[in-house]
Amino acid sequence: MKLRYFAWVRERIGKPEEEIEPPAGIATVADLMTWLSRRGEEYAHAFENPKVIRAAIDRTHVRGDAAIFGAREIAFFPPMTGG
Amino acid sequence: MAATIRLQREPFDAASEAAKLRRGRGDIGAVVTFTGICRSDESGAPLAAMTLEHYPGMAEAEVARHVEAAERRWPLLGVTVIHRYGRLEPGEDIVLVVTAAAHRQDAFAAAEFLMDYLKTRAPFWKQVEYADRKTWVEAKSSDDALAERWTLPDGRDEAAE
Repeated sequence: MKLRYFAWVRERIGKPEEEIEPPAGIATVADLMTWLSRRGEEYAHAFENPKVIRAAIDRTHVRGDAAIFGAREIAFFPPMTGG
Repeated sequence: MAATIRLQREPFDAASEAAKLRRGRGDIGAVVTFTGICRSDESGAPLAAMTLEHYPGMAEAEVARHVEAAERRWPLLGVTVIHRYGRLEPGEDIVLVVTAAAHRQDAFAAAEFLMDYLKTRAPFWKQVEYADRKTWVEAKSSDDALAERWTLPDGRDEAAE
C-alpha cells in the first residue's frame, strides 16, 4: 500500500510518500502507526504523540480503530488548518 | 444544483464569482460572499508569507462532500468554493465561499457551515513564515467548537459520513 504524509508529519519523516507492506497482525490504523514509529528515529518523532495525528484511508477521514485491510492509500497528517 | 469547486494556486476574483453565480437568475434573493485573507501578523508577530499545503484528490472530495451536505440542509440556489494553495503573501485571498438562496438566512447559515467545516475537515495545512523562522499553524479548539455546533441533534455529522 501507499503511505502519504503531509505538513509536519511529512517533514519529520523526510519524505512525502512511500510504498510499504506491513506484516501480518497490523490490522488497524493505530497498529500501523505503532509499527511505523519503530522503523526509525524520524518515524518515532513523527508519531511520538499519536493522539494528534489524523489519518485517511483512500482519501476518507478515519479513526485509529479503522481496519487497513484492502486499503490502497493511507495518509497521516496533523489536524487540519485550512480555510 | 451544480456547485463550483476549485482548488488553485492562482488568485480569484470574488466579485466576478458572485456575479457568475446569480447571472440570469430571478429566483435568487440573497448572495453571501465570504473571503478569507492572509493577515500581515500572527499573534503580533509580522508575517512574511503563508504556505498552504493540501492533499490533492482528497481536498476536492472533502469540499464536495460538505457542499452536498449544505445543499441537503438549506435550500441553496448556488454554491461556489475556491481554496488556494501554495505560497501567499499578506493581503492575498486564501479562500472564497459564495452561497446563493432565495432568503438571506439560508445563504448566511450555509456559508458559515461551509467555512467552519473547511477549517477543521478539509485537508489543508498552513505554515507561516516570519523573518527568521517557519512554523506550522496549530489547529484551534475554538474552530473545532464552531464546527461542532452544526452537528445534527441525533449526533450525526452528515458530512463526515
